[in-house]
Amino acid sequence: MTVSLDSPTPSTPSRAARRKPPQQGAMQSRAGWFVKITMGILCLVWLIPTVGLLITSFRQPEAANTSGWWTAIASPLKATQWTLQNYHDVLFNGQTPMGVSFVNSLAVALPATIIPIMIAAFAAYSFTFMQFKGRDALFIVVVGLLVVPYQVALVPLLQFYGSIGLNGTFPAVWLAHAGFGMPLAIYILRNYMATLPLSVVESAKIDGASHFVTFWRLIVPMSVPALASFAIFQFLWVWNDLLVALLFLGQGDNMVVTVNLASLLGQQGQGWQLLTAGAFVSMAIPLLVFVSLQRYFIRGMTSGAVKG
Amino acid sequence: MLKVINALLAIVGGVLGSLLLFYVMNKVVERLPRKWEERVKPYVFFGPAVLLIGFFLIYPAIRTIVFSFANSDSTSFIGLTNYTDLLGSGDFVSGALLNTLLWMIVVPALTVIFGLAVAVLADRLRPRAEKFTKSLIFLPMAISLVGASTIWKYVYESRPEGTPQVGLLNAILDKFGIAPVAWLQLSQAHANSLLLMVILIWAQVGFSMVLLSAAVKGVPEDTIEAGRIDGASEKRIFLSIVVPQIWATVITVFITVLIIVMKIFDIIYVMTGGNFNTDVIGMRFFTELFTNGNNGYAAAIVVMLMIAIVPVMLYQVRNFRRQEAQR
Repeated sequence: MTVSLDSPTPSTPSRAARRKPPQQGAMQSRAGWFVKITMGILCLVWLIPTVGLLITSFRQPEAANTSGWWTAIASPLKATQWTLQNYHDVLFNGQTPMGVSFVNSLAVALPATIIPIMIAAFAAYSFTFMQFKGRDALFIVVVGLLVVPYQVALVPLLQFYGSIGLNGTFPAVWLAHAGFGMPLAIYILRNYMATLPLSVVESAKIDGASHFVTFWRLIVPMSVPALASFAIFQFLWVWNDLLVALLFLGQGDNMVVTVNLASLLGQQGQGWQLLTAGAFVSMAIPLLVFVSLQRYFIRGMTSGAVKG
Repeated sequence: MLKVINALLAIVGGVLGSLLLFYVMNKVVERLPRKWEERVKPYVFFGPAVLLIGFFLIYPAIRTIVFSFANSDSTSFIGLTNYTDLLGSGDFVSGALLNTLLWMIVVPALTVIFGLAVAVLADRLRPRAEKFTKSLIFLPMAISLVGASTIWKYVYESRPEGTPQVGLLNAILDKFGIAPVAWLQLSQAHANSLLLMVILIWAQVGFSMVLLSAAVKGVPEDTIEAGRIDGASEKRIFLSIVVPQIWATVITVFITVLIIVMKIFDIIYVMTGGNFNTDVIGMRFFTELFTNGNNGYAAAIVVMLMIAIVPVMLYQVRNFRRQEAQR
């Protein structure tokens, strides 16, 4: 967590920010006791539930289900109460172990992130640097679609996939997420490309470069920050999604981590030591991606993107 | 391991395939006469994206509207029956619909207030403490709502009286000699719904904080200084000088959270399955579509959701136009 949250660089700065660069703190005055205590309490509310989960995932099953996790902190050095067995159990045992779901989630999320990027980048280029009839109207439609919830597509899509036998397969989910993520991808990329100097494209044109070459050699390399922003958004979105995975992949061999965790929670008699370990397995990758690439995530967020 | 290979193939195929597609289409277009080339080329560039959007969003949305006037397996039209059935049943109106409304009233407002409070208060801490606090509060953004629900289900866990409580909340009650409460079944005054809302607020305050913090730091110091010179109190400066300047961001955050709330599903599915009067329309949609196999009801619920989102959509478009005009 070394990335500063203080100075995100929005690709479309607000009017106020443009007038004057962000300062050391607009409301400058020292923190009193009230502020310190309030922030302390807030930090605890954010931290304690997660700490409880983490501690329980390393406890012996018997202890985890008959005493609170806080009792384990009282004697942290008692080595016999800690175990890695829960992670072993949740990753490798059971009908569809979390380990299999972990691989499934990767198999779903990576293609569903990568496939739409190229397609959206081409579209964003045409919306930014090409002239054609109805360009602005078409882009307005994209902006409007940003807030449309993907539920609108699920009823017919479930039926359609059912009729061509695509239900329960990965391509069904890849394509659905590629379609659902497309408005956001075009929006983020187009807004970023609009900030690139037009002179670059024009001089390339004078030098005789085609649009294809300009796109591939100039615009794509210059748009890497925006491409990364969208990639992180989409990856987290797909990895953390429950509804699409539940509808199109279900609970069989192909179930992803979110569906697996939800079904563990739904089963009677699953000990908390397994649920907590399963939860951490499902969170590991998004936390890693998020913490290491937070800068790009914040840039995407502050570009005013809303996903329905 | 076949899955991994397939996924890798899909990534390589997806990237190379789409690149090849664009390359070939581009080459074909370049053979056209110059005048036509300029005209056709944009369609080559945005065509695939528009096709994807059309096929996976717009066309299904239209089909959904059609389905909402048809019976449960979409074989014959039944007019407005799905709508009158749903809106006529107290189960839907005073259950799912009312609860969704409650979520819409409580969650976006509290998320904005908490986010703003953290943004303003953390600003006064020492830089290291500010960074730590913000990182911590931002972190739940990364995890799934299923994961967040697991975390809080453990907090709300209830065991029979007399046995040791493993849930934090009931353990605290136990310390004071109060009998354990089955929190998730506590439907009086929608208490359990409120406890579920806590999860979403907990997950979203970080988002709200980051946007609002950037906005607050962007407020020009001289406007605040002017207020101080005029002798305004800190509270007055905040309400009359800072808030008006960050209002656009407040609205953005509010709307973003509002949209998430309107279609909330994961938390309810995991925590209560919609029982104990915690049903919402996102959950009901899933129940009708998947559990009951009733396409008609499911489609009608989505259409109602769409109608509710139209104002937000218009606002979004208007906002975008204003931004573009300023560019």
